Amino acid sequence: MAVLVSGLVVRRGGREILHGIDCAVPEGSVTGLLGPSGCGKTTLLRSVMGLQRLTGGTVTVLGRPAGHRDLRRSIGYCPQTPSVYLDLTVLENIRYFASVIGAPPADADRVLDTLRLGAHRHQIVGSLSGGQRSRASLAVALLGEPKLLVLDEPTVGLDPVLRLELWDAFAEIAARGTALLVSSHVMDEAARCHELLLMRDGILLAQESPDSLRARTGTQDLEQAFLRVIREHEAQNPPAGHTTEQIPS
Amino acid sequence: MNPVIALATARRVLDQLRHDPRTLAMALVVPTLLMVLLRFVFDEEAAFDAVAPALLGLLPFLVMFLITSVSTLRERTSGTLERLLTLPTAKLDLLLGYALAFSLVCLVQVALAVAVSLSWLGLDIAGPLWMLFLVAALDALLGTALGLLVSAFARTEFQAVQFMPAVVLPQVLLCGLFTPRDQMASFLEYLSDVLPLSYAVDAMTELTRHVGIGADLVAQVSVIGAALLLSLVLGAATLRRQTA
Repeated sequence: MAVLVSGLVVRRGGREILHGIDCAVPEGSVTGLLGPSGCGKTTLLRSVMGLQRLTGGTVTVLGRPAGHRDLRRSIGYCPQTPSVYLDLTVLENIRYFASVIGAPPADADRVLDTLRLGAHRHQIVGSLSGGQRSRASLAVALLGEPKLLVLDEPTVGLDPVLRLELWDAFAEIAARGTALLVSSHVMDEAARCHELLLMRDGILLAQESPDSLRARTGTQDLEQAFLRVIREHEAQNPPAGHTTEQIPS
Repeated sequence: MNPVIALATARRVLDQLRHDPRTLAMALVVPTLLMVLLRFVFDEEAAFDAVAPALLGLLPFLVMFLITSVSTLRERTSGTLERLLTLPTAKLDLLLGYALAFSLVCLVQVALAVAVSLSWLGLDIAGPLWMLFLVAALDALLGTALGLLVSAFARTEFQAVQFMPAVVLPQVLLCGLFTPRDQMASFLEYLSDVLPLSYAVDAMTELTRHVGIGADLVAQVSVIGAALLLSLVLGAATLRRQTA
């Protein structure tokens, strides 16, 4: 396993965000982290990256505790907000991060191609549209040959054709042995994952493959399947003390 | 520590400045213009000679403090700092990168101000010229290090800019520019004794008045160097890989 999370509890500002998560991310495959906005996806990804102080539990990445210095050469990370320099061109950004990572210079062209940013390479990132900025930020994460790629909502706001191509690219990267952990709140992307982590309110509801999820819930539609998992969970654990949102059928 | 990353960072910081020509032009030219202004305000060479060295020590400090506090704050809020710290970047690489880029800018800045002051404004420097550049570069680096440190205590660019009057102006008032330090009330003199800018101004003044490098100058430069190292260490401690 590339990532092993056990009993992960994260408390932030007096509020518990993650209430004891257990999950695993296998090598050479795409694991989708799905759940509504605000359910703790980003906190879980940050914990895997070693950016989040943990309250309890452990996170092991490639056999080492998350955030270990030996991991910094083998992990690619794309945060949810585009994290590139707005006052540099796309190419200058990519070249800078490539030299930090130690990726060969030719790598810049490869990631620009993958993200279809070739035509914008000499544009200042601050002058690009929101979607183009996210692509520039994602391009940085794809530099080098990371053994684990952690991508936080990488396809938000992208053109549907490009979104499709990106998921093809993710599958290709996984086929070379890299583990990908990709968060999304769009259910149609779930079908492109080998493994799904379904999250809600800081709790992991299920970890299984899309096929197994469909079979278990008796529906072909993953959106419906997720709803059934939530209802099943609520039937077993009636909400105490607070009212949860009504889930439409 | 990795020199490749430090150099790449210096280059990146310079690239950013290059894309912002107005900031770069102001950083380079404004100190010189202020020297010219000062000369004509005094309208008398002796009075200018008395204050000009202090200003040559102060201006690089001031400009670099401002530029660094805003640019590191941006680095903190834009997520690029966090991203860099998930990569094989040592904190020292980042600090050295910034220091290298900004000292280059500062050397050009001081060269311009000194060239104009010596050739046109009638300033005389008794000590060696290279020493003047060294002191100016140390002042600029001190500004850089302090700017980096205070950026950790600012959440917005408004707050970062406010640290200029809060942190820098008291040092300017106490550095001996307005009243000689030994004529201040004793507790103010003690206070000025622990503020690094006092030594920057003293060193510059010493340099313009005395031939050669005396023991006083060496002591002053050492104090600036020590303050610089201390603020760099404190600044590095504010670059956190993990948040609560």
